[in-house]
Amino acid sequence: MTALELARQIRGGERRAIDVLEEHLARVAQHEAQIHAFNLVTADEARAAAHRVDEAIARGVDPGPLAGVPLALKDNLCTRGIPTTCSSRILEGWRPPYDATVVQRVLAAGAVPIGKTNLDEFAMGSSTENSAFGPTRNPRDLSRVPGGSSGGSAAAVAADFAPLSLGSDTGGSIRQPAALCGVVGVKPTYGVVSRWGLVAFASSLDQVGPFAADVADAALLLEVIAGHDSHDSTSIPQPAPALSAQLDRGVEGLRIGRITDLPAGAAPDVVARLDAAFAALEAAGARIVDVRVPAFTYGLTAYYLIAPAEASSNLARYDGVRYGLRVPAADTNAMYAATREAGFGAEVKRRIMLGTYALSAGYYDAYYGKALKVRRRIADDFARAYEQVDALLTPTSPTEAFPLGDKTADPYTMYLCDTYTIPSNLAGHPAMSVPFGTGAAGLPVGVQVLAPTLGEPVMFRVAAALERSMAGVGGAR
Amino acid sequence: MPDRLTPADITKVARLARLELTPAELDEYTRQLSGMLEHFADIDSLDLGGVEPMTQPFPLVNVLRDDVEADTLDRDEVLAAAPAAQDGRFRVPPVVGTEP
Repeated sequence: MTALELARQIRGGERRAIDVLEEHLARVAQHEAQIHAFNLVTADEARAAAHRVDEAIARGVDPGPLAGVPLALKDNLCTRGIPTTCSSRILEGWRPPYDATVVQRVLAAGAVPIGKTNLDEFAMGSSTENSAFGPTRNPRDLSRVPGGSSGGSAAAVAADFAPLSLGSDTGGSIRQPAALCGVVGVKPTYGVVSRWGLVAFASSLDQVGPFAADVADAALLLEVIAGHDSHDSTSIPQPAPALSAQLDRGVEGLRIGRITDLPAGAAPDVVARLDAAFAALEAAGARIVDVRVPAFTYGLTAYYLIAPAEASSNLARYDGVRYGLRVPAADTNAMYAATREAGFGAEVKRRIMLGTYALSAGYYDAYYGKALKVRRRIADDFARAYEQVDALLTPTSPTEAFPLGDKTADPYTMYLCDTYTIPSNLAGHPAMSVPFGTGAAGLPVGVQVLAPTLGEPVMFRVAAALERSMAGVGGAR
Repeated sequence: MPDRLTPADITKVARLARLELTPAELDEYTRQLSGMLEHFADIDSLDLGGVEPMTQPFPLVNVLRDDVEADTLDRDEVLAAAPAAQDGRFRVPPVVGTEP
């Protein structure tokens, strides 16, 4: 059942939040051992939250738009007094002294957080295999990955452990797992959702966003978490956009761009679904326009220089002094190095090394500096395309979900998973993945809708139209 | 772009990053980072003359809050999460004096 329908029933007194919660916890108990979506299930805290919702309703107080809706939180969102690990040994056991802004907002809207979901360590990866606590498996096929880095949050919604979850997206970490698990995933415009209490990976790219089983639920959750926050200096000083009201407007007259110089690499079955999506939008009254975004191709390189550079700086804070792991040593320098060597996994160390190199004396201009110019070029090319179109459509992931272990031997092979998602992070634009049928192996394929800065309203219109067209052929959930 | 990375380069970077790599990691990262830099050479062909670096996607300047008293994190709660604390402070091993 959708979050909208659950909240309606709970607010109307037809069902109790505690009963809805117990149904979801029962599903977790039955399937979690196979899937491993969670690092921690907070059943006691969830029951207390559900009782608060039921008591409010008994008193005639409306708990809010997410009243009694179970919700899963990516384990890089700070939760006061509840362990927040980032799936890293270096933060194992750490209990934050505050709630992230997005956590405060979902609680204030009546949601019932049920646990902290697994991720690639510090959100670095595309398969959730980089977790220090073991991989998450795709609920649609347990031999395959759920994508990443927010693989646990995507799997939690796909398995109906919760109708909603929150993830973070630095280069595709919400959209790619959404595509691979067959759910909706949204990366909002940079600055639309507060990053306060999101453990930092790459601060100029990170953005929190929703997972949901359908577009309307994703709009509902984004409306709750969006809007200015004085605790985040990059927060855009505007209220949350009205999105739910957009969903029924259709796409009549909208111009949808097809990028003719999109980087190669998408599998034929994925390309076929993208073509079907263009056809569906055209049938719904949109006009398909060919555009070029030449610098799109260079996004991967720019990203894998910029994101590790920012990460190498952000992750300097894990030094064994203020929180998390400490490996004792004779002096501070030895303690830092021993703590970080023991606490970080292979991919995190790889990116810290890459980023430190890209920023180091003598190489800064050749790598980091050049990547920042490529980033500008990408934003400029997008801007030219958006003079001709209202939104763009691309694949989300080059392939369906791949088997565990398939891409772990060569890190660059894994990085290629992000080819189509990265440019939106570099430009700061919103983008979302919508399930659009299945591929050659019968697994979900997602189509990505891209829009310019603060273009969420038009993006959701297009996404809703795609979803409606699938409902017509029995392909939606 | 510079030539291939050597183990000496990687050792220097690891020291800058405060990572104490094992010999196996040193070998692996030398190989993997060299391979990545080869892939990343694709941007060398771009003419980026006159292009302004882009450091943030939505530039906001002079973001200040009102100068009023506000709550901060509770000191005892913060220190309780530290590996070692004493007298209201974080406790660390000696900073200087142990290295020759």
